[in-house]
Amino acid sequence: MEIVLVGLNHRSAPVEVREKVSFTNDQARQAAEELRARGILHETLVLSTCNRSEVYGVPPETTRESAAALSNYLSSFHSVELELLSPSLYHHYDRYAVRHLFRVASGLDSMMLGEAEILGQVREAYRIAYEQGATGPVLNRLFQGALEVGKRVRSETELGTRPMSVASAGVKLAERIFGKLHERAALVLGAGAISEQVISQLRDRNIARLFVMNRSLERADNLARQFAGKVIAWDDWESALTLPDVIVSSVSAEEPVLTRAHLEKAMAARGNRPLFVMDLGVPRNIDPTASSLYNFYLYNIDDLTQIVQQNRTSREGEVPRAEVIVDEHVGKFLTWQASVEIMGVVEALRDKLKSERAEFIRERSERITGLTPQQREQVESLIDDLLEKMLLDPARRLQGEKDLRRKIQQVEAIRGLFLPDRKR
Amino acid sequence: MTLFNVEDNKLRPPMRVTRRTVLWRSGYAILRRGVPDFALLSARSSRASGRPMNHLFFLLTLAAYLGSFAAYVGYLVAGLDWSGRLGSLLLAGGLVAHYFALLERARGLHTVPYHDLSGSMSLFGWLLALTYLSLELFHRQRSVGAFVLPFVLAFFLFAQLSPPDRFAAPPATGVIFAFHVTLSILAYAAFGLSCVLSLIYLGEQRLLHEHRVGDVVWRLPSLDLLDRMSQSSVLVGLISIAIGTAMGFVWVDRLTGNVWHYDPKYAVTLLVLAAYVFYLRLARNPSWRGARASQLCIFNFAIVIFSFTIVNLFFSHAHRYF
Repeated sequence: MEIVLVGLNHRSAPVEVREKVSFTNDQARQAAEELRARGILHETLVLSTCNRSEVYGVPPETTRESAAALSNYLSSFHSVELELLSPSLYHHYDRYAVRHLFRVASGLDSMMLGEAEILGQVREAYRIAYEQGATGPVLNRLFQGALEVGKRVRSETELGTRPMSVASAGVKLAERIFGKLHERAALVLGAGAISEQVISQLRDRNIARLFVMNRSLERADNLARQFAGKVIAWDDWESALTLPDVIVSSVSAEEPVLTRAHLEKAMAARGNRPLFVMDLGVPRNIDPTASSLYNFYLYNIDDLTQIVQQNRTSREGEVPRAEVIVDEHVGKFLTWQASVEIMGVVEALRDKLKSERAEFIRERSERITGLTPQQREQVESLIDDLLEKMLLDPARRLQGEKDLRRKIQQVEAIRGLFLPDRKR
Repeated sequence: MTLFNVEDNKLRPPMRVTRRTVLWRSGYAILRRGVPDFALLSARSSRASGRPMNHLFFLLTLAAYLGSFAAYVGYLVAGLDWSGRLGSLLLAGGLVAHYFALLERARGLHTVPYHDLSGSMSLFGWLLALTYLSLELFHRQRSVGAFVLPFVLAFFLFAQLSPPDRFAAPPATGVIFAFHVTLSILAYAAFGLSCVLSLIYLGEQRLLHEHRVGDVVWRLPSLDLLDRMSQSSVLVGLISIAIGTAMGFVWVDRLTGNVWHYDPKYAVTLLVLAAYVFYLRLARNPSWRGARASQLCIFNFAIVIFSFTIVNLFFSHAHRYF
């Protein structure tokens, strides 16, 4: 039983190659079906995200041949020249394939270290393959282990807790002040890409109400519709500033859009309710002297970028702990694999000895005359008992062996000595 | 029974003492003279007041509180979830051990565990830990534990190091009195907890204002949650002090037949009550919510400290028994 992985990711391939080799859900199902139908893999799973496309499988033949067959298949499925694809592909086998998958599920192999999305994507890919019947006992065990390790890394380390983008850092800071945002309101000034990112993060946090203001009413309206928000006219500052708990500003303006005087008046009008402002504009949209107002929290883009940098360092500090968890689970999977292997080898040895016993008795019985059928049966039974007794102790010792490496060596030794023709 | 009179250092002739006369005369003496009439006290009590607490429970309590503190710090600094859970578990264990320590002391002294400074401090620490753990479970927030446990430990240890009683307390017993004292100390503990939460609020707010957002800030509760926790704690304190004070009046009435007897402690307690009601009212006002409310809460706790120490020691007649 071996595992093969062939794929490419953001490190091995540029986006122009990655986008040619990505799979939709339907394509993933189709590929899994074809790979099994052609006998390239017994068990198959396709994992495809914006940053990686990988095929995991259990091959009938040796892994090297399967890996080559898989590469050819990927090339033909996506109609991409193999010469163009090959330099970007990586191949992993057995424990290295297991380790790679566990690191992927933990977010250790992601473009944004510790990102949470990948675990959901792994879960979805597994669900699709499982429902299709493309997985078997090996990939089931493997991907269940991957989901377990992904959850453990996220709960036992802080790999995924700190925000890694300016938008998410700002939203997390808002949560530091207000707690959960499901009863809060946000006002977004500007309708550009950054505003969209922040609104997306706010919606993920279930912000209750969303307002958009922009000089161009049409763009404000488009953005508001996209995220189920409301539009406020650009010059309606008096009412606009009393509504939100969070203000996100990202407009192109040479002078501050909101001066200290504006904000002082607004804070008085809103009864000094806490207000968190993210000023993502360059030049700054909010007068920095307003930061001394009571219950007013102002963060500009530099402040948020610095927080992201600190978080990146902090996340990198969590990597060793995460790797330890990954290694632990790789060990568990290999132990399971070895146990299954042991049972398989012991069964195969038993079968071989029984068939040789039958052959042995058949040859010898021609020379030994005078045995009644009953006595012949008793002799056969005695030999069977002897074989079982001979196998019992070694099987028990193999099962009880705690050192994985030694266990694997012993299994290999049995296979090499007694089952040289048996395929792995 | 030979009785010892602390006033003239002489032995008085034995007298027929019943439970009722002891209660009545000691309580009346406190109200009239302001100095307990120790002629009525049991010699065994005064000897017993010097008896040390059972060491086993003391050591268990100390170990549990110290372990809990270390675990909470581990959770706050390193973000280890298991460390936070361990902190809660050890705190719960510490509460149990501390309870038995108080019970053991009460049995050994044949009186309530809080009859002297040592007992009061120990009970305060216990109730502070209990209030905090309840708040933690209610709000599902562990990161404050690292700030509260030092106070719990301090009061617990101070209880052991407090000076020997100058006077043995009157054997004031009965359910009403027990409720009066326990609820009053619970109120002080709850107010103390709200003070700690307010301090954390001010600290975190300052860090956020100054853009010093480090590891610890990410793990602390949000400002909004700290505010709500503080208000919850104050509410517990207000209810406790209101009921506890009412129980005190009931007890005095049963003792003397007179519900009203002036004691400066009453005025200060009323001041404490008013101060915290004012705080709760203001904390709901957006203009005050936040740093101003937290500062008021801290100031209010200064009044509580004043009440518990200066007023009890120098101004109150009925509460000056340690």
